[in-house]
Amino acid sequence: MSSVDLVVELERSKPSARIFWLQGVVAAVVWFVAALLIVYLPNATRLWPMTQGLANLCLIMTGLILLAVVAGRWSQRVVAHTHTLGPWLIALPILLTIWELLTAKFGVLPVPFFAPPQALLDVYVEDWPRLADSLFHSAILLGSGVAVGALTGFIAGVAIGWSRSIGYWLHPVLRILGPVPSTALLPLCFFLFPSSWSASVFLIALATWFPVTVLTWSGVSSVDKAYYDVARTLGAKQGFLIFKVAIPAALPHVFVGLFMGLGASFSTLVVAEMMGVKSGIGWYLQWAQGWAAYANMYAALLIMALACSGLISALFLIRDRLLAWQEGAMKW
Amino acid sequence: MVNAARAASAEPSRGLALRIDNLSHGFSLEGHKLPVLERVSLEIEPGEFVALLGPSGCGKSTLLRLVAGLEGADSGSLTADGAAITGPDPTRVVVFQDPTLYPWRPVWDNVALGLEARRLLKTTKGKVDEALAKVGLSQFARAYPRQLSGGMAQRVALARALVNEPRLLILDEPLGKLDSLTRIAMQQELIDLWQRQGYTALLVTHDVEEALLLANRVIVFSDRPAQIKAELTINRPYPRHRDDPYLVDLRKQILGLLGLGQSW
Repeated sequence: MSSVDLVVELERSKPSARIFWLQGVVAAVVWFVAALLIVYLPNATRLWPMTQGLANLCLIMTGLILLAVVAGRWSQRVVAHTHTLGPWLIALPILLTIWELLTAKFGVLPVPFFAPPQALLDVYVEDWPRLADSLFHSAILLGSGVAVGALTGFIAGVAIGWSRSIGYWLHPVLRILGPVPSTALLPLCFFLFPSSWSASVFLIALATWFPVTVLTWSGVSSVDKAYYDVARTLGAKQGFLIFKVAIPAALPHVFVGLFMGLGASFSTLVVAEMMGVKSGIGWYLQWAQGWAAYANMYAALLIMALACSGLISALFLIRDRLLAWQEGAMKW
Repeated sequence: MVNAARAASAEPSRGLALRIDNLSHGFSLEGHKLPVLERVSLEIEPGEFVALLGPSGCGKSTLLRLVAGLEGADSGSLTADGAAITGPDPTRVVVFQDPTLYPWRPVWDNVALGLEARRLLKTTKGKVDEALAKVGLSQFARAYPRQLSGGMAQRVALARALVNEPRLLILDEPLGKLDSLTRIAMQQELIDLWQRQGYTALLVTHDVEEALLLANRVIVFSDRPAQIKAELTINRPYPRHRDDPYLVDLRKQILGLLGLGQSW
């Protein structure tokens, strides 16, 4: 074998991982340019703190992406995790720069209402204890309400779907109380309950309860009757039919209900915190707006968006685990 | 009671004696009664393979549901080994036309269904593996039903029935939706399993040839409300051959009874 052949052979046997990630390099360049603009373009309205910090963040991104470009030449795993992100990694610094130019640099957008990105960064650095505390209180409140609502909703749904006599009593309650926006009951609940916190737990639970109940019920009553026939001829009793046939068969519906319930619980949470509970992200938003601290408001909104999206993602993760048997299920 | 009799008998899976006496049944449809079965009487010996033939929608499947105990009859009596049938019992297991496997359970768990429902699974796990081996699907134990072909799914349904060691196997057109090649293979499997296990088998089918290949006795039903029109005993050893002139002759006779004599 001549040396030329050997070179050709080597060229061919190069693993496909050793490709040049062009998008990654472009993204690194764009992040770097963003950093330069942030540092060297003069601020228009005032000297924003954390301008340098924002630029440093952009530089860190540049470094991380370059690292991924280099690592991708050896590791297929890095490639799998990063390369699909390419277009977003390019778009994000462009959007960030536009935001930066419109606010801090040229002052096109009116100042107190539209905060530049470094102002948000400043809030995270300066006010993180209060933000973390708010997030924690929101999480406790939401967690309590959703847990109560989802559990009672699931039980109620199975009961209505399974038992005619329970359905007789619960169905009218469900039809009257369910469609009422739970925030409409807020003033009532604030004087009926001993504390605004317990009233909020109840309302969040109610907001979650309704969709979970309806969807669980519809799931249980739409189970193929042939499934029951099969189990009965094989000697199954009532308990087996409920827990091993009806509930697993209804589970895809239950998750749709949980998804809808979680969405409803978010809005109830925020309204409850704005109206009565003296802590949490909703309260923080209201408080920031009251002090015209718009940067704080944007910072809290961003955290809230990430937290809510994270919760929904977690729900879908659980669903994908439990419903692995399903074909072509929707991906979140 | 049936269970006690079974426990006492020396051979655990010997067939069950079924007696149907003057059985009538109807459906309520928009206020009035639609008669489905009319005074059907039939006696089935332990270990017999009986096929029920009749025009589509004549009530054969309803008869099977009554025998399985999934529904109560309007009048007449149904007894299994002398005891009245009042509800489903794992000694009488049904294989339906659709495999009706639970999509959320892997194949092994589907087969284990009956044992699990009766809380016997912990001590009888080996039986599930055996049943899967019997239908040739040991390698698919961890597969989900959606990954199986129609024939494989129906074999899983058969294994799910057999793992309970039924004394009466009720087959409601179990091969009706399979392609003809799978069908021929599974007819042979049904015969083999029946001969080995010695259960009583009651088969509803639309396929005259299938009835003649499998059964000791063929019962021909009339149009709805179903009445027994004819009974034919088939004294032919297994395996039977489709082209056996004796069977060909019987087929002509049965098609004539079903009003299809001209089309043969």
